[in-house]
Amino acid sequence: MSLIRAEKLNLYYGNFHALINVNLSIEEKRITAIIGPSGCGKSTLLRTFNRMNDLIETVHIDGSIIINNENIFSKTTDIDSLRRKVGMVFQRPNPFPLSVYENIAFGLKIHKIAKTRNELEHTVEQGLKSVLLWDQLKDKLKTSALNLTLEQAQRLCIARLIAVKPEILLMDEPCSALDPIATMHIEELMLELKKNYTIVIVTHNMQQAARVSDDTGFMLLGKLIEFNKAEKIFTNPDKKETEDYITGRYG
Amino acid sequence: MFNTKISQKIAFAVLFVSTLITIIPVLIIIAIIIKNGITAISWQFLTTAPSNGMRSGGIFPAIVGTFYLALGASAISLPLGILGGIYLSEYSKNNYFTRILKLGIVNLAGVPSIVYGLFGLSLFVISLKLGVSIVSGCLTLAIMSLPSIITATETAMSSVPRSFREVSLSLGATKWQTIRYAVLPHASPGIITGTLLSNARITGETAPILFTVAAFYLPQLPNSVFDQVMALPYHLYVISTQIPGISKSVTYGTALVLIVFTLSLNLFGIIVRTYLRRQKKW
Ligand SMILES: Nc1ncnc2c1ncn2[C@@H]1O[C@H](COP(=O)(O)OP(=O)(O)OP(=O)(O)O)[C@@H](O)[C@H]1O
Ligand SMILES: [Mg+2]
Repeated sequence: MSLIRAEKLNLYYGNFHALINVNLSIEEKRITAIIGPSGCGKSTLLRTFNRMNDLIETVHIDGSIIINNENIFSKTTDIDSLRRKVGMVFQRPNPFPLSVYENIAFGLKIHKIAKTRNELEHTVEQGLKSVLLWDQLKDKLKTSALNLTLEQAQRLCIARLIAVKPEILLMDEPCSALDPIATMHIEELMLELKKNYTIVIVTHNMQQAARVSDDTGFMLLGKLIEFNKAEKIFTNPDKKETEDYITGRYG
Repeated sequence: MFNTKISQKIAFAVLFVSTLITIIPVLIIIAIIIKNGITAISWQFLTTAPSNGMRSGGIFPAIVGTFYLALGASAISLPLGILGGIYLSEYSKNNYFTRILKLGIVNLAGVPSIVYGLFGLSLFVISLKLGVSIVSGCLTLAIMSLPSIITATETAMSSVPRSFREVSLSLGATKWQTIRYAVLPHASPGIITGTLLSNARITGETAPILFTVAAFYLPQLPNSVFDQVMALPYHLYVISTQIPGISKSVTYGTALVLIVFTLSLNLFGIIVRTYLRRQKKW
């Protein structure tokens, strides 16, 4: 059964129709990649899943998104718990200008996840271990997160998110600020995280989508043109637009 | 080559001279005040009431009065101003009402202080029957400092990167938790400095306290917030204009104390800011 289902989803920025009748269904504990040229609405789609678009005053949405059998646009949805369940990793690593420790502790304190100091320390350690940063940073917990490399910072952001125990990780071009080696490391981490989380990743990078994703959606000008198993999309797509894109006919 | 170097030198010289021209008068004023006033400063001057028709004795009641006024005004203006600034930066929608509100605040900051004084007189002293009292004076000073506190808070909050808010919300924090834990801590250096500087400014003002609280001569300390007090700026005005034959060192000494009072508030603000900035960087 699908974990996230979008039905007849339309999104407008004022008069601009940015998502046009999107229907899709995302499976649990898999990596789903959304690809497409710049400006086609990938980030917009991703940000509907945790209702981050609500922060923009001009946005208007029709249709529904069902996560765990609940329409997230219904009046009774608790947005804060939705966002906790559907976490987000941003394009630029964006740790708070606090220590490594405080960054991870942030969400733990907000949600009162760790009651005692010991529990807090333990959870921070678990968080760092789950993104394979513990060995590098265990002696630097008190140093500012701004001194980390971009890769470490992005991992820290993932750890900060995992610490609040989400079910779904939305990643909006999480590697675009990173070099190829760091990108490879983050991709390995994603494959590892897939065991416990459902991941939706937006990427410009087709090779990346082909390497990590189980399912892939191709978007063009606000429409979801094709959505299928990654192998199918990258070897034998049904739609001509998809083929043109993956063979590099668009920028 | 030669020309660009010369013009660079000229530009540098002009900038340097302009800076000097702005700084020199300030330094001269401070130097004159110190030179003429330092001889008056003594333990007795700081701790006793004026005597002999204010020609001798000290300025203790005025120091205490100014201290109370600064404290009381802050107690009112800090919470109001900071909460108002938070509202404007985080909650208000960008609409007609908000724009009018912001325009109003900017303009309030430019209203002459005597207008605040008369406003305080008519509203607090007369209409609300609070009388010429510490409450009336503090309220008037608080209202006068509100625009700059609100503006400082709003600016400090708005300069915290948007991404901090997004991250916090995306982790499931509520809007208030986001403001409280992801924005305010990073805005606090700006807020603290802004409020301290604005307090420093109002403690030196005479016009707002003239009709609302300041006593011409009142050697004893106040018993309640409904009493009048002496205050340094007004006392300075009184002894320099109304008391013939007063010795120069008494007036300059009073001015020196007032300047030290406001400058130390400023200095404290700057130290706090430097300290907090060093802690938090982005
Ligand atoms: N806040 C906004 N207000 C108005 N239009 C917007 C806003 N954000 C995005 N858009 C428009 O919506 C369309 C989709 O934007 P979106 O950011 O989702 O594209 P994207 O596929 O993520 O592109 P990129 O690959 O460049 O990140 C674009 O045409 C963009 O100009
Ligand atoms: Mg995008």
